[in-house]
Amino acid sequence: MTSDNNVELRVRALESLLLEKGLVEAPAIDEIIDLFENRLGPQNGGKVVVRAWTDPAFKARLLANATEAIVEMGYDAVQGEDMVVVENTPEIHNVVVCTLCSCFPWATLGLPPVWYKSAPYRARAASDPRGVLVEFGTEISDEAQVRVWDSNAELRYMVLPERPAGTGAMNEDELLALVTRDSMIGVTRAQNP
Amino acid sequence: MNGIHDMGGVHGYGPIDREEDEPVFHHAWEGKALALARVGLAGGHFDLDEFRHAMERIAPVQYLSISYYERWLEGTLMMLDAKGVVSAEEFQTRLDELSKSSGGGA
Repeated sequence: MTSDNNVELRVRALESLLLEKGLVEAPAIDEIIDLFENRLGPQNGGKVVVRAWTDPAFKARLLANATEAIVEMGYDAVQGEDMVVVENTPEIHNVVVCTLCSCFPWATLGLPPVWYKSAPYRARAASDPRGVLVEFGTEISDEAQVRVWDSNAELRYMVLPERPAGTGAMNEDELLALVTRDSMIGVTRAQNP
Repeated sequence: MNGIHDMGGVHGYGPIDREEDEPVFHHAWEGKALALARVGLAGGHFDLDEFRHAMERIAPVQYLSISYYERWLEGTLMMLDAKGVVSAEEFQTRLDELSKSSGGGA
């Protein structure tokens, strides 16, 4: 592990050994990369949020047992992890972090962005969540409670953002465009129409 | 057990850097590093807890200086060595070979 070895070459060395030992075949590697690059991602979580905004029975199931409700929508857990969905309201604003590493709801949001895995976010989301929210441009009133959820390998959190005002007449595709990845982490709100 | 990875509440890391329209992977090797770790997991060579613990045992200075998917790669290498799947020597030999054939620039 010396700094002069370039990482690309190290990955290539390991890949060639695993291929040679028959522990994996090249198409399987491409398949995994394609899954994470193209099929998992916040577009899935967005559909869960829009359904919860428009279908009260689904929302109740989602808040009661998120793992099952998310599977019901066709998004399977990637690592057998359990999911919990926490609802933002005018009184309670939820934010998700993984202080130890990078645990993230892969089934609904895909892989986390670099900032989520970075030392400053991991450190400060726990100790100064309101300061972090301000950095993301999210003002929370002093009366509202901020709750921080620290994810781990077995249990992963997603935020159900508040449905923005003035969206009553919007269809599902229009609503979907308002649900950002960051709003499902809780660092921002859903976008206003 | 605390350690360098246990970052909740630690002071002094500064502001949060964000990138607009960030790609899932910034380099092709990052996707490969993730895929190879998942091959080790899916093949039953090590489990997720062992893998996380391996990454948490990366020396603190190195932990802070390498990128996220480099930690994945190093964690995978540590576990494959510990389980006798790919030894550290075997890996180093292959790395040296590749490094020579790619012009010795490593």
